Amino acid sequence: MIYWLLFCSFCWVGVFCVGGGYASVPLIQHQVIELHHWLTMPEFLDVFAISQMTPGPIGINAATFVGTKIAGLGGAIVATLGFVTPSFIIMIGLAKLLTKYGDVGAIRGILNGLRPAVIGLIASAGVMFFTLAIWNTQKIPNSLASTDLSGLLVLTLAFIAVKKKIFGVIQTLIAAGILNLALAFIIK
Amino acid sequence: MEQKMICDKDFYWKLFKSTFLISAFTVGGGFVIVPLLKAKFVDEYHWLDDKETLTMVSVAQSAPGVVAVNSAIIMGYKMAGMSGAFCATLATVLPPLIILTIVSYFYSFFATNHYVQLVLKGMQCGATALILQVMYDLLKKQWKKRVAFPIVITIGTFLANYFFNFNMMYIVLVDALIGLFLLQDKKYD
Repeated sequence: MIYWLLFCSFCWVGVFCVGGGYASVPLIQHQVIELHHWLTMPEFLDVFAISQMTPGPIGINAATFVGTKIAGLGGAIVATLGFVTPSFIIMIGLAKLLTKYGDVGAIRGILNGLRPAVIGLIASAGVMFFTLAIWNTQKIPNSLASTDLSGLLVLTLAFIAVKKKIFGVIQTLIAAGILNLALAFIIK
Repeated sequence: MEQKMICDKDFYWKLFKSTFLISAFTVGGGFVIVPLLKAKFVDEYHWLDDKETLTMVSVAQSAPGVVAVNSAIIMGYKMAGMSGAFCATLATVLPPLIILTIVSYFYSFFATNHYVQLVLKGMQCGATALILQVMYDLLKKQWKKRVAFPIVITIGTFLANYFFNFNMMYIVLVDALIGLFLLQDKKYD
């Protein structure tokens, strides 16, 4: 019953993956490499690298990759389903709880503490992505020598396009990709 | 939400399409998708408001699982019940599933092709611009309210996460406890 095993493994990852994307990496590593020997370490690093370049959380990417390798497309679907199922149950439960008790003092207090925290986390992600896009590092760099000027131009134009509501969210992403490709030809 | 939303075929199609595309075009994963969903659901379609979105994202962030998927589930549920949750989840999960299946066959081409890299890099810049725009928007709104405590929490969370690399789980836990003991008053809503 390889499907069942895949489902349970990624379900386990889904349950214990607390604290954002990269928290799932050691969990996946434990299940996929140490416990079940589905992937070798180099393959796992490949998944990680692909995950950085493609859309989607690493958990789903790993589930797809491992599932495909072990049991084809069906395996990919079952593993992904396993990864998402705990989230689904927990989130629906919390949503119901919120609708019912959202106005109770203690719950409201907690939410009032969490909301500004999320703004802080978004800001942190924003700065991290900015330095990553322009200087290829997650922290503020010491020198500006390695500034990616075409990246900076794309970023600025995309920002203006969204701010002035010239483009929608998705058009902006597509246009930014094309513009960066075009700039490479023009500069060359 | 006061008024009941009209959840017809058109709504589900819009929900599926926008979530699917955002998930498909957002390189970088994780938290990035959240401001984008906000831009779409709040600013463009007016299906949710800012406060609801922040509440749901903060719950999604604190629960087990990935924040992108969790947010999609709870937002979908809030807008259209169970079927909304299914619709949004499917639309979030399918793009990485499809793309990774394809990419895993062409991995070496994908990893080394210069043009693919350039387009991805451009999309990464685009996603960054979107996050910065949402960040600016949220910070401005918060500043205008002139309530000191939440602003302090935002700054503290930012510093703890960006400069001191504290585990996100502990940061969120501390913020929740601060809220529980100090922010029960309605003025902090």
